[in-house]
Amino acid sequence: MKIVLENLTKKFPNRDKKMKEDVIAVNSFSHEITDGKLIGLLGPSGCGKSTVLNLISGLEKPTSGKIFFGDDDVTNLPPENRGVGLVFQNYALYPHLNVMENIRFPLENLRGKDKLTKDQMEVKVLETAKLVQIEGLLDRKPGEMSGGQQQRVAIARALVKKPRVLLLDEPLSNLDARLRLQTREELKRIQLETGITTLFVTHDQEEAMSICDSIVVMKEGRIMQHGAPQEVYDHPQNLFVAKFLGTPQINVFKGQIRDGGLFIGKDRVMDVNATAANGANDNRVQKEENIDRVQKKENSIRIQNKENEKTVARDVYVAVRPEGFVAVSDTDLKDILHCDFMKMEVMGRDTSIICTHEAFEGTVIRAIVPSESRPQFIGGEVCFKLKPSKVHVFDAETEEVL
Amino acid sequence: MTNKKQTLTAWLCLLPAIIFLGIFLVYPMIDVFIYSFEEGYNFASQSYFGLGSYNYSYVLHDPYFIQALKNTFIIVLITVPLSTGIALIISLALSSITKLRELFQTIFFLPYVTNTLAVGLVFMILFQKTAYTDGMVNVLINLFGGESIDFIDGPYPAKMFVMCFYTIWVVLPFKILILTSNLASVDPIYYKAAQIDATPKWRVFFKITLPMISPMIFYLAITGFIGAFKAYSDEVALFGTDLNAAGMNTIVGYIYDMLYGNSGGYPSYASAAAIILFAIVFTITVINLLVSEKTVYYQ
Repeated sequence: MKIVLENLTKKFPNRDKKMKEDVIAVNSFSHEITDGKLIGLLGPSGCGKSTVLNLISGLEKPTSGKIFFGDDDVTNLPPENRGVGLVFQNYALYPHLNVMENIRFPLENLRGKDKLTKDQMEVKVLETAKLVQIEGLLDRKPGEMSGGQQQRVAIARALVKKPRVLLLDEPLSNLDARLRLQTREELKRIQLETGITTLFVTHDQEEAMSICDSIVVMKEGRIMQHGAPQEVYDHPQNLFVAKFLGTPQINVFKGQIRDGGLFIGKDRVMDVNATAANGANDNRVQKEENIDRVQKKENSIRIQNKENEKTVARDVYVAVRPEGFVAVSDTDLKDILHCDFMKMEVMGRDTSIICTHEAFEGTVIRAIVPSESRPQFIGGEVCFKLKPSKVHVFDAETEEVL
Repeated sequence: MTNKKQTLTAWLCLLPAIIFLGIFLVYPMIDVFIYSFEEGYNFASQSYFGLGSYNYSYVLHDPYFIQALKNTFIIVLITVPLSTGIALIISLALSSITKLRELFQTIFFLPYVTNTLAVGLVFMILFQKTAYTDGMVNVLINLFGGESIDFIDGPYPAKMFVMCFYTIWVVLPFKILILTSNLASVDPIYYKAAQIDATPKWRVFFKITLPMISPMIFYLAITGFIGAFKAYSDEVALFGTDLNAAGMNTIVGYIYDMLYGNSGGYPSYASAAAIILFAIVFTITVINLLVSEKTVYYQ
């Protein structure tokens, strides 16, 4: 089932009664979710992602805007008539019912032509329990199971009535790290097997990136960027998305564009080919060209420069992915970033070089280089060349990509 | 520290409680039990003829005791389920409104802080019928074309009706208080989950709300049963101290009469009646516990 959200806005009255202004949890949110896909709604806490989920489920009514399931306008439909399955963050399994009864609960609510006999219910419950692999636990009470098992029961309960849409609210946040890895694979498998359009909310970017067909990054009730995970990671549209995606976090420097070059502090790190604005897609193509250029030992970045202010210095943020640093030992090379070395963390396959730079925004720069090409340091300085495809330049004021 | 020393410390810590419970609870209980088997006990000389079960047989054949037993059982069987049920309905109503909720909660709790005897007096005035004036209730009955009934001094069913009405009214506030707070403690997420699954309202109540608050309902039932079996002051408030004459005596009232009433001075009969009451309350509580094992869900 395709889900279309049109200009969805949700305002809550302010807790502080002296303030008349409403809190805007979701701000003209428009998005189309393709049928049968697994979509991750991603953002820091308080960005409105759970509210979007509640709006889709019907537990909250939007202040304005419309919601469509396929061609049906469900905006004013109460949750019970929407046919959604919802998995709550703390699972919300009925503690006094065993697994069997919990999963059967939604089926027993069916009335009229959908009413099922005891045997039909039994078949469906077993089928769903098998799908989430808990068929051995049907007699257990929720309190007698691990978090991961409860999670599966919650998913089974949401799936058993064959919902049009499956919604998951932070489904993995209550699980320990190992179980989380395992369960997210499981989620992906269940989603593929059932083919139900699934929307899941998370603040963990790794979780979203690893299993989603598409992610939507939110901030303060607005969509910052959406697209395939790799696409969003490789081409962040703004500084927020760049910082939010990727662990370790992207390294952000204050920089300047002047004299046809990109400067971080005093260091000129690469050439800049400013072109007139052409549109986002073009920009992407050009960046791909950049990758070719790196192979040709060229070192430059292309940006769109609307005002074409070649001569005037322009303040920018330069964000470099940890994997975008190439450690070099020859300090006299052109286009080098000079950093003050602090320490090295060896992690087997990779090595983190931790260092500082005067223009760095934050505490320490973390550069990840393959362990075999790890340079030996003697002095207090470490030099990097930057991979253009891993460098993103944002306007200092708007924080939008250039 | 050695094990022995630890045990000693534990006993030392328990000592004050053991002494107090021993003097004021265990010793009197044993004493009452012994009294109940001492035949022909004389208060003045503190002597008795012999040991035996005559006291029990006397009490069980005393028509006043039989009447008290009957009254007590009627009061228990009518007021405990009714008051708990009504309290549950009122609590549900209270928790489903948002406006004026606190006001209503206060109003419903008021009877709890009011003196029983004062309330009894008001009830007497409301329900009475004398040669000169009718109470409010009788005025209402007349208004709808009925005949005045003397609820205080009249036929037994009328008196029992007032008695039960009064008892329910007195115990209701506490139960409402407990149940409203208990209902509020049910995590709303379960209701949301039920709503998503299109659960009808009645089913939400019977399948989710009721099991979740069942421990508290069970607690109220047990304390309600025990409280109702021990009813006495409520009866005095309505019908005065001579409950035997009014035919409205309870077991505790009978015990009191045996000790201090007009026919007083029979501690052996009182003790026997007290032991019988204890046996009844104990049996009922055990039955309650057995029933609860199947129906009450503890988190």
